[in-house]
Amino acid sequence: MVYLKLFLSFLKVGMFSIGGGYAAMPLIQSEVVTGHGWLSMGEFTDLITIAEMTPGPIAVNSATFVGIRIAGVPGAIAATFGCIFPSCIIVSLLAFVYYKYKNMSVLQGILQSLRPAVVALIAGAGFSLLRSVAVGEEALLPENVNWLGIVLFAAAFFVLRKWKWNPILVMLLCGIANLGIHVILGSV
Amino acid sequence: MEDSRMEDGRMEGSRKGKALVQLFLSTLYISAFTFGGGFVIITFMKRKFVDELHWIDENEMLDLAALAQSSPGAIAVNAAILVGWRVAGFGGMVTAVMGTVLPPMLILTLISFFYQAFAANPYVALLLKGMQSGVVAVILDVVWGLGGKVVKERSLFLCVVMAAAFAATAVFQVNVILIILSAAVLGVLRALWLRRKKEGDRWFT
Repeated sequence: MVYLKLFLSFLKVGMFSIGGGYAAMPLIQSEVVTGHGWLSMGEFTDLITIAEMTPGPIAVNSATFVGIRIAGVPGAIAATFGCIFPSCIIVSLLAFVYYKYKNMSVLQGILQSLRPAVVALIAGAGFSLLRSVAVGEEALLPENVNWLGIVLFAAAFFVLRKWKWNPILVMLLCGIANLGIHVILGSV
Repeated sequence: MEDSRMEDGRMEGSRKGKALVQLFLSTLYISAFTFGGGFVIITFMKRKFVDELHWIDENEMLDLAALAQSSPGAIAVNAAILVGWRVAGFGGMVTAVMGTVLPPMLILTLISFFYQAFAANPYVALLLKGMQSGVVAVILDVVWGLGGKVVKERSLFLCVVMAAAFAATAVFQVNVILIILSAAVLGVLRALWLRRKKEGDRWFT
């Protein structure tokens, strides 16, 4: 049953994404692209782009997007409920423990060693997105590479690192630049 | 919210109803207009619930923020759960979560319905394709910052965990959940080992 599958997949995303924001990304990729094949890597890249441009957590955005594509609005509700359900329980429990003991040293110890792993996982997902930008679903060969995409990526990375430009502005400029260059070259 | 501390029990219900409506509208508004993820949303919540409505005091909000960030799931949803519980118990939690989740659900529902037509349009496709380069840069910029912070802690353990996790996911395609669980187990063992080293023989007593 597809609703149950959606619910359980996003339950895993909600339960194991620790650290917020991009931490959910590698899990969503592993469930939705690798695990169930609900989205291609290209669609997943589009999804992350859309999620970044719209308000709300990536996990909730992804649950809605994937849910609707697979099983319509009920699918979206099942997936979204799946991804917030573990939070509701775990956060309530932690809050209870916190108000009772006001001490989180063990939790902080676990989090401290989780952080480098989560950073590494985000890096892994980031590099597979970079590959998707560079060659799409093709093999990693020089003749398949979208060089303009690489140049835009490098320029965007530079202005983000060096001058701390607003991420959404940088993304919009990349989109406009790509469209503009193709229009000028007449290759639309 | 001094004026809401009601002595009159019969008034309590309608006051609570009003608080729930206000909680719903506040979280709905914050969620609909906050771009940039969990940390940003916590700042907005602080401004609304601490500075404006005085429902929560500042120190407690800091603790709630720490809890929201250390729990699994989206930070915005976690913060809504905590603030909701704090303000109006279980009903408050449900209300705050609904307020937080509805705007992204509605927006993504609209986008999903138009996505096929959208992505088929050559101009939109080129725009999206260019934006993909940007989003990868944004993500790797965040990774660069976070990874740098880990390295700066000058802990061999943390660096090894990071390198091993990266190799596991990028080279060996190990399941993501397995990597997270392994890192958590290592964290527990390390915390126990450090405590034992510090406390010596007192550990078991």
